[in-house]
Amino acid sequence: MPTRTIRVDTLARVEGEGALKVVIRDGAVESAQLRIFEPPRLFEALLRGRAYTEAPDITARICGICPVAYQMSAVHAMENALGVTVAGPLRDLRRLLYCGEWIESHTLHITMLHAPDFLGYDGAIAMARDHGDAVRRGLALKKAGNDIMTVLGGREIHPINVRVGGFYRAPRKRELAALAGRLERARDAALEMVRWTSGFEFPDRERDYTFVALRHPEEYPFNEGRIVSNRGLDIPAADYEANFAQMQVARSTALHSRLREGGSYLTGPLARYHLNFDRLSPIAREAARAAGLGRSCTNPYRSIVVRAVEVLYACDEALRIIGRYEEPDEAAVTLEPRAASGLAATEAPRGLLYHRYRLDAGGTITEARIVPPTSQNQAAIEEDLASLIGGFLELPQDALRNRCEQTVRNYDPCISCATHFLRLESVRL
Amino acid sequence: MRRPAPRIVVIGIGNADRGDDAAGPALLDRLRGRLPVHVELIEQRGESTALLAQLQDAGAAYLIDACRSGRPPGTVRRIDALASSLPRDGHHCSTHGFGVSQALELARALGLLPGRCVVYCIEGASYDPGAPLSAPVRMAIDTLAARLIAEIGA
Repeated sequence: MPTRTIRVDTLARVEGEGALKVVIRDGAVESAQLRIFEPPRLFEALLRGRAYTEAPDITARICGICPVAYQMSAVHAMENALGVTVAGPLRDLRRLLYCGEWIESHTLHITMLHAPDFLGYDGAIAMARDHGDAVRRGLALKKAGNDIMTVLGGREIHPINVRVGGFYRAPRKRELAALAGRLERARDAALEMVRWTSGFEFPDRERDYTFVALRHPEEYPFNEGRIVSNRGLDIPAADYEANFAQMQVARSTALHSRLREGGSYLTGPLARYHLNFDRLSPIAREAARAAGLGRSCTNPYRSIVVRAVEVLYACDEALRIIGRYEEPDEAAVTLEPRAASGLAATEAPRGLLYHRYRLDAGGTITEARIVPPTSQNQAAIEEDLASLIGGFLELPQDALRNRCEQTVRNYDPCISCATHFLRLESVRL
Repeated sequence: MRRPAPRIVVIGIGNADRGDDAAGPALLDRLRGRLPVHVELIEQRGESTALLAQLQDAGAAYLIDACRSGRPPGTVRRIDALASSLPRDGHHCSTHGFGVSQALELARALGLLPGRCVVYCIEGASYDPGAPLSAPVRMAIDTLAARLIAEIGA
């Protein structure tokens, strides 16, 4: 049996640094490993000794793509510790900010990073020469997300207006109303993006995933809900660590996550969609059906369509929130520090993001635990490669390498978050 | 009816808290009040799609960015983006590896580059968090400010 080696020194179009090694022996995939060599970022240690009020701004720096997710999990965990619930318009504003981030993050991944895989281009720039309208639409959509972030968060990345208890400044009603026209156009563009992605050619591959996501009684989940799975799990966030384990593996500076009862699981768009289809708004559900998605999607390559459906939902939800917004009396609720522990899980664009903190009597952080979605999805990514790539071994060398990269990008992995990821090395033995 | 004059934008790209990466924003500070009022000074932290949006309806754009190409600190290079591409290595900023040079190439592919698009690259010495501008970069900024006032104000 001849030996062939496929190597990509840096896997592009993912955030962070890592490598992928696929070992193919006697015509079958023997193993697939993600090797994450992005240096450990030590954020959990960095937070110790800092005031509880600093957590949203410090943790936002974990990621330039999904800073709101870190801010939201941080503020909810602190409020959980201090016995405060933020409701009414401030709660709505948090959902609106999350809408902005989902629109930004998903649209960037769909248009700039993942679509070139399906259309046969090396990247967005080459794709833009032939698919200019789709790229312009993506840019306009992303700008709508940026606009929400700027109005509500103070700037398009790393918002500076989020605080434990609420915001430093609540927007005026007219400021949000000014976004409505742009978001209506964005919603139309998102609907077009769902149609566009649904027309791609998808490898016919399915996997029987354990999906894990938040579920809320009424809403498609952003900030709140119980942690549920398609295998019967239904727990409050407080039971997260009792049900999910993190462990070190030698090949990765990011911890791996497993279910304590055994097995990998999947968080993110496919999981949210499966577990919350009935919570999507009517326009998003109808667009999903028209795009050929059922109530569940277990083909990871179709995750790009599910992401587009979530962008559509986020635009729709943002418009709903803006339509009913009434300015709050105060931009934040008052909190008094105390010795306490608190935790929260929210839905980052890439999936479940869990934070837990312990505070001393003065509100200083003495312990921090952060479990990002890419960390939780690493095992599922490796299993996808091991089980799905075997069907593509007849592909020429370059096409097989591209398929491996596309498979990883199904997850929109954020390695910087998880190391807190990619070179591809494929060895045939 | 007179058509509005095309927008002229000067975009200073960088992080004000990362040593010489602050060259772009610091240059804007030198230009304030010294250019015709219709010239927009825009601070940009390198978010590439926001940068694209700012280029989209501009008639002329001047981008100022710190770079790391191995040249002596303070070296200023003028690149006509309409005539040539930006070297990719010196302008990396990580939003999924999509930085300033890629943003300009995407604008070129989409036909969104302004009729005039000039990039000034200032070679930095240090990009340490919280560090001040290095002396060579401070000097380069002063010289470049005068050059831009002559180029844009004329």
